[in-house]
Amino acid sequence: MDAGLIFYGSAIFLMVMGVFIAITGRHLIKILLGIDVFDTGLNLLIVSFGYINGGTAPIFSKYPNIFKNVVDPVPQALVLTAIVIGVAEMAMGLAIVMQIKEKFGTCNIAKLKELKW
Amino acid sequence: MNSLILFMALGLSVVLIVGTIIIYLSKDLLVAILGSAVISLIASIFFLILQAPDVAITEAAIGAGLTTGILLYAMKKTGRYEDD
Amino acid sequence: MIRRLIALLVSLYLGYILYSFVYVHFPFGERPLRGVAAHYVENGIKEEGATNIVTSIVTLYRGFDTLGEVTVLFLAATGLGLILAGMKREEEEKPEPTLIMETVTKHLFPLVLLFGSYIFIHGHLTPGGGFPAGVVIATGYFMMFIAQRSFTPSEYLLSATESFAGTLYVIVGLLGLALAFSFLDNVMPLGIPNRVFSAGIIPVIYIIIGFKVGSEMTGILLHLKEA
Repeated sequence: MDAGLIFYGSAIFLMVMGVFIAITGRHLIKILLGIDVFDTGLNLLIVSFGYINGGTAPIFSKYPNIFKNVVDPVPQALVLTAIVIGVAEMAMGLAIVMQIKEKFGTCNIAKLKELKW
Repeated sequence: MNSLILFMALGLSVVLIVGTIIIYLSKDLLVAILGSAVISLIASIFFLILQAPDVAITEAAIGAGLTTGILLYAMKKTGRYEDD
Repeated sequence: MIRRLIALLVSLYLGYILYSFVYVHFPFGERPLRGVAAHYVENGIKEEGATNIVTSIVTLYRGFDTLGEVTVLFLAATGLGLILAGMKREEEEKPEPTLIMETVTKHLFPLVLLFGSYIFIHGHLTPGGGFPAGVVIATGYFMMFIAQRSFTPSEYLLSATESFAGTLYVIVGLLGLALAFSFLDNVMPLGIPNRVFSAGIIPVIYIIIGFKVGSEMTGILLHLKEA
């Protein structure tokens, strides 16, 4: 069994399905869910880049003996930032969706005629 | 990573694929939102397996907890079913 | 139908590009630790005193990123309040929560707050830190919104906490600039690693971030609830 296939495969599958849901979705909340799935897949891909075979988490409980074999901490710090930004983006998008529902009475993008030019 | 953990990860990735397909197919937005919560939870277990406990605890709190709450409030306002 | 086919082709092409790129350039688990990552792992505890390396990267080595992230969160909370300000509020019949829900959440709420505080105080020793701790606290408030009929935290107090924490963060950064000639430098004594009172300004920054994220997320939930 190949570990790379499982983790890289899941991450790439999530990204592909996220783009697919966001393009084909008809409902605005469905489109935002697609973006959320894409976000999760991208985070999983970045953390998978930092994994090192046999490595431990970058937290040392016994200070003087530092282990050499530690996974890469930089992608983890990046992803920690990206997750929190993701929820801010989600809340903003949902506020806009709620305002659209109140103004136009529908969330179906096929019926939102004012979006066309 | 030993083979038991890999086997578990394989099973979880099957659940993840099923959850994504449920999000795509479902007309009921409540089911789709809960599918997204399940995906976040499984992603957090994957982060734990990949030795990233900081990211795992953040993803579990935000992806499976807070995002679901925000989405449910928005769904209450915009209607539950996709064909409106 | 043709739209769906085009979407499928586009996303499959994206997947193919990612697959070929990732498998050629990053074979899973075989990349050695080098560059800044090796430096952080080898010298992180000596330089900053925190045993959790990810924490010292987030708060000190890449402290500017975190300040920008907190700013983005603040802008999102403010923009959400601005967008939702013009909506009509409709008073609908809320179902009465049961006695079990009310009693259990009333006694569970302080424990959730305690757990959140534990996570942000121990951010430099254990996994976690300010961001998940703030979200845990906001989730406790969310539980109270759902289960209690008349529970509304003061919006003024929330925004006051948020602004105070944000100002304090910048002041801590400027303190580093004044005492050690670099923004967000670790100016306090490092102490002995693996103790609660160690790692200089890292626990201070994480406590500030915990308060700020908690009040912001609670504010977002309150706006969405009342919209």
